[in-house]
Amino acid sequence: MDTLLLSRIQFGANISFHILFPTITIALGWVLLFFKLRFNATGDRKWAEAYMFWVKVFALSFALGVVSGITMSFQFGTNWPGFMETVGNVAGPLLAYEVLTAFFLEAVFLGIMLFGASRVPGWLHTLATGLVAFGTTMSAFWILVLNSWMHTPQGYELRDGIVYATDWWAIIFNPSMPYRLGHMLLASGLTVAFLLAGISALRLLMKDRSASVRSTFRVGVILGAVLIPLQILMGDMHGLNTLEHQPQKVAAMEGNWETQGNVPLLLFALPDQEARTNHFEIGIPSLASIILKHDPAGVVPGLNDFVTAEGEVMHPPVAPVFWSFRIMVGVGMLMLLASWTGAFLLWRRGVDAMPRLYLYGMSGLAFSGWIATLAGWYTTEIGRQPWLVQGVLSTKAAVADVPAPMVLTTLLVYLAVYAALILAYMGVITYMARKAARGEPLPKDERVKGGEAMAVPAE
Amino acid sequence: MFATLDLPFIFAALLGLSILIYVVLDGFDLGVGILFPFATPEERDTMVASIGPFWDANETWLVLAIGLLLVAFPVAHGAILTQLYLPVAVMLFGLILRGVAFEFRAKAPLKHKRAWDGAFFTGSLMTGLSQGFMLGLYIMGLSYTWWHVGFALITAVFLTVAYSFIGATWLIAKTEGPLQKKAVEWSQGGIWGVVLGMGAISMATPFVSQRIFDKWFGLPQMLYLSPLPAVSALTIGLIWWKLRRLPMEGDRFAWIPFVATIALFVLGFAGMAYSFFPFIVPEAITIYEAASAPESLAIILVGTLIVLPTILAYSILSYWIFRGKATALRYD
Repeated sequence: MDTLLLSRIQFGANISFHILFPTITIALGWVLLFFKLRFNATGDRKWAEAYMFWVKVFALSFALGVVSGITMSFQFGTNWPGFMETVGNVAGPLLAYEVLTAFFLEAVFLGIMLFGASRVPGWLHTLATGLVAFGTTMSAFWILVLNSWMHTPQGYELRDGIVYATDWWAIIFNPSMPYRLGHMLLASGLTVAFLLAGISALRLLMKDRSASVRSTFRVGVILGAVLIPLQILMGDMHGLNTLEHQPQKVAAMEGNWETQGNVPLLLFALPDQEARTNHFEIGIPSLASIILKHDPAGVVPGLNDFVTAEGEVMHPPVAPVFWSFRIMVGVGMLMLLASWTGAFLLWRRGVDAMPRLYLYGMSGLAFSGWIATLAGWYTTEIGRQPWLVQGVLSTKAAVADVPAPMVLTTLLVYLAVYAALILAYMGVITYMARKAARGEPLPKDERVKGGEAMAVPAE
Repeated sequence: MFATLDLPFIFAALLGLSILIYVVLDGFDLGVGILFPFATPEERDTMVASIGPFWDANETWLVLAIGLLLVAFPVAHGAILTQLYLPVAVMLFGLILRGVAFEFRAKAPLKHKRAWDGAFFTGSLMTGLSQGFMLGLYIMGLSYTWWHVGFALITAVFLTVAYSFIGATWLIAKTEGPLQKKAVEWSQGGIWGVVLGMGAISMATPFVSQRIFDKWFGLPQMLYLSPLPAVSALTIGLIWWKLRRLPMEGDRFAWIPFVATIALFVLGFAGMAYSFFPFIVPEAITIYEAASAPESLAIILVGTLIVLPTILAYSILSYWIFRGKATALRYD
């Protein structure tokens, strides 16, 4: 394999690993603030217990997010020097603002949030929790501004092949930014909703009937049930925005080769890029046209429009985009089914009479948000290929001239480390849930003191 | 508004400041990790408690530094980091290991705790060694000859010892009882690393190029520069003298070694900055050649001038909230 492909796999592996953890911390920060505010308002110990359990998950996720994020900030330079050399004038300030307005805020107040409960007044601890949540969201904002700009670049001019910023307002509020940001924030909310519900379901299955776990289960299911329709709506709007700005990506998502009307919605197909056709198609007639154009005869762009006269393919590889998209939508549908069933059961039977089968199902979905989020990112990022910055910089022009064996070696180590860390992470969270379910104190660490202090009703 | 400002210089100064703050702050918490094998399991908990609220923010200064290099001097960023591909990778693995071990050691089943302690030490060690290696290679102009790699290996060891030294002085200030006594011993054992490290770099730097040699030994520069080694020597003397007497009655002067070590790091850094300016890639690319477009630098500067004081303010707030002995958590 060549350096380009290896570097892409390496960056893909890093960013895939990284996004797992911000996806959790962005929304979990707000959920923790909610727990803390409920505790302040009611003085009910169950909210303090919920906070104490989930703040540990937050701390763990945050640490994994930080270390994998640092890795990526270095890889821009080590693997993709062409990126900053070409678009550094736009990407640089956006990244700088992320560090300045988000990273320090999160990191400093996280220290107070985790270790400071016994050392600062209650209001300051609540404020620290709020600022950490705000910081993670600001971080998401800036990085999605930059990512969206890479898909729909605006507000710049090219001089001698280098991008210069001309209009920062246009750069920040580029056409796909609001949709992408909304889609990602909702994805984070859903990931956390299912993690809350899934881990709480696991604890319920272990005969843990504490008030705190019953409340977190309810919060998780209801949060999921509320967010999933919003996410479907947001996804649809994001898709229409993509159709307008990156039609080749939508063509790949739909597996549509020819520009035509009455395009079916394919449920299954094996796209074949060599033969430029699909095998074993199963589809619903005209539904893709209806979804994308709100008209059965609506003309949907096809992939064949994106091959130059010289035969150069200027659309993304079809099969990965086609399948990632289906996995994302599939998991989304499963989430809809699971959360609405759960909400209905909660309403009719209450948390103590949830069927065991449902609880098993929900624990299985604890990390389902990860799958949907990754599949969604693969759809949009692979869907941008062969461009790194749409229409401005191709991926192959940005890669570093590092020997392939060196990239391969580091890649293999990264993969091994990441696989081990994901297993350790999921293992430790399950272990914490088991311990909490048995009513044993969590492993003693510096935070225990903070928990006791917080359990005293706020002054 | 910004047309008259020397933006590349301002950003070089900001970059230097970030690196310096990083080396001091993450230096002490990396050092605490490097000292792990010398401590008992109970002492390790106290050591971790002493850096717990800070390590994350400390590491963020590295992100800011690499971010500033990336955004303000993109050409240099590419040139430096592609040359340092392997040591950077080692450092990143180290940072990953210690960052996650920090969390896992407190949350994983007790029988795994020793393994995570080992990972915390290994990660800290890898980070210190690779940063020292990069420092040495950078001084030598980022090329891999036997001679340069040899020098870089020496700076790798010395910087690691220097980190463990500042970590030990931090522990003198933040702990009490037997652990504090141990920390004093560790400091006594580690100070030679700082002396030899600064010595080795000072010996090598003027011979990197004729330009730097003239900057050091030409007249009248040599006269202006003479306070730098003099003050450094005095500071080392002060630390040495204090370490022989600590810990003292009523815990007096427990902060002196740490503060003096910071001063030492600042002096060493000032010497290097003076030598290499205006080059950002030694003797190859100047900050003016590597700088981004002024429009982009200006928009970052506006944000930096507003946000950086705020960051400093709440960082100080955090150190103030967590002032006092790390073990004192039990008493308040």
